[in-house]
Amino acid sequence: MRDNPVLRVVAKIIIPMILLFALYVQFHGDFGPGGGFQAGVIFAAGFILYGLVFGTEALRSAVPPGLLRWVISLGLILYTGVGIATMLMGSDYLAYGALAHDLIHGQHLGIFLVELGVGVTVSAVMVTIFLAFAGRNDP
Amino acid sequence: MIGTQLPALQVVVPLLAAPLCLALHRPFATWALTLTASALSMLVSILLLGQVLAQGVIDYAFGGWAAPFGIAYRVDLANAYVLLIVTTISTVVTIFARRSVASEVEAHNQGLFYTAWLLCLTGLLGITITGDAFNLFVFLEISSLSSYVLIAMGTERKALTAAYQYLIMGTIGATFILIGIGLLYMLTGTLNMLDMAHRLITVADSRTARTGFAFLTVGLGLKIALFPLHLWLPNAYAHAPSAVSAFLAATATKVAVYVLLRFVFSVFGVDFALGTMPLALGLAVLGTIAVLSASTVAIFQHNLKRMLAYSSVAQVGYLALGVSLATPAGLTATLLHLFNHALMKGTLFLALGCIAWRLGSVRLGDLKGLGYRMPWTMGVFVLGGLSLIGLPLTAGFISKWYLVLAALERGWWPVILVIIAGSLLAVIYIWRVIETAYLSKTNKTAGAGEAPLSMLLPAWLLAIANLYFGMHTGLSAGIATQAAAALFGIQP
Repeated sequence: MRDNPVLRVVAKIIIPMILLFALYVQFHGDFGPGGGFQAGVIFAAGFILYGLVFGTEALRSAVPPGLLRWVISLGLILYTGVGIATMLMGSDYLAYGALAHDLIHGQHLGIFLVELGVGVTVSAVMVTIFLAFAGRNDP
Repeated sequence: MIGTQLPALQVVVPLLAAPLCLALHRPFATWALTLTASALSMLVSILLLGQVLAQGVIDYAFGGWAAPFGIAYRVDLANAYVLLIVTTISTVVTIFARRSVASEVEAHNQGLFYTAWLLCLTGLLGITITGDAFNLFVFLEISSLSSYVLIAMGTERKALTAAYQYLIMGTIGATFILIGIGLLYMLTGTLNMLDMAHRLITVADSRTARTGFAFLTVGLGLKIALFPLHLWLPNAYAHAPSAVSAFLAATATKVAVYVLLRFVFSVFGVDFALGTMPLALGLAVLGTIAVLSASTVAIFQHNLKRMLAYSSVAQVGYLALGVSLATPAGLTATLLHLFNHALMKGTLFLALGCIAWRLGSVRLGDLKGLGYRMPWTMGVFVLGGLSLIGLPLTAGFISKWYLVLAALERGWWPVILVIIAGSLLAVIYIWRVIETAYLSKTNKTAGAGEAPLSMLLPAWLLAIANLYFGMHTGLSAGIATQAAAALFGIQP
């Protein structure tokens, strides 16, 4: 599809918006509909669109599989890390209240970080799955 | 401070190590990390068992949300005991896994292998420790999905079909379990098992409760591999990498049996589950058929891993018979057999892993004269085999002894005959191997020596444990008796 100028131009315009919208869904998850899972999938959709239009080879050079592995683990480590941090602060696992001076702030911060972890892992996993299926015939 | 955090650490340690393994990706580094995480969780489970023995049931509220609303972990004797089994087997088999996996799994997949291993361990530990029905389902999915991956990494292409078959069957089982939990949630409005048990007392005699119970037991029957729902198991164990066969055979079905016990005894209550509902009859009939038919089928297998897999189906039959007796003694026998069967099947599968490492095959015909070429490995196999048969002074004898006593107490003579018949059939299929290895003319495949020490040592460790727990039953039978009494609600 690389030869089709309309697709190429539209994709280039749309991809930044998709990524931006994903970030909105991610960070507005505290107050409205949204959160890590949805944002992760939308964020990955931007990359998958890039892969569809410009080819898996281009996508692979943009996000190398080695990097994806790190990103997948980073999200889960962030999630469990928040839990361990609250434990180290003398509270129970994932008791966000311990993260800040007052309870409400702690809860906000905790949810924020945990959802970020979910978003990071989900988006990297989605791109990995896409590459695994679309790149089956690649050398 | 760390003492109060043990229930969370039990699951968090392997859960944190898994993504680290994925990121590291180097075979040796990931193996070392897996071993560390597994040994740490074993330490945690030992400490937990000590705490439970000293001060009784431990409750842990996640995120500080109190029990019926938040997710709570609840450790009592029964699950502390299962946690110890799972973490010990995982640690011992991980030591074994380095050389075995290096020869059976491609180098670029080994990092992923250990990641899946840790996730499987996380799932099994989570299922065991949680006090929340839905949390249990989530962990069940984590352990199942990662075990499909582990099985698919087997050397032959058939491993993919086996994993796919297990995936389909496992997913059906998990769906049934989810429907069961959903119905119970609908009925009681709670997912916390303790709370659910309290609320079920008044509404147990409803169609919803009975349907939920039926869905749960059938779904768990699939996971346990109870006859006739065992069809996924022989292929899965036969084609998985050796280390995975040993790990899953010794832990996965055990954890599923524990879940059944938890729902039967702690959530529904003995009177409903084994009295009002015909579960005891079902387990007795299916357990009997499992012991007799699977042992008979095992005799005719040429692939030894498949033979042991059928033997596992038969052992599940013993576990089911123990539960069907519906007495504390029967439950003790089941819990004890969980422990002892994990030991003997772990031993036997590790011995086969050593053979597979050296010969690249576990077919009976290739074992001719192996008793002289790999004496230490075959020694492990013989000890494990004797324990499986149930010879006195081995762990297998202890569990059969308790089962026979429990059956006598109820006056169930046919059950005793079934146990004896099952043991005799086990003699036949173990003898076939011993005969081939020691009494037939040596094959001319030269250069076959012993397996490396890092594989023999864990195998011998388990083999000696079989003997030790055949003579010193303080830990195994002692805790099993107390745990059974606690599940029956009898105060010591």
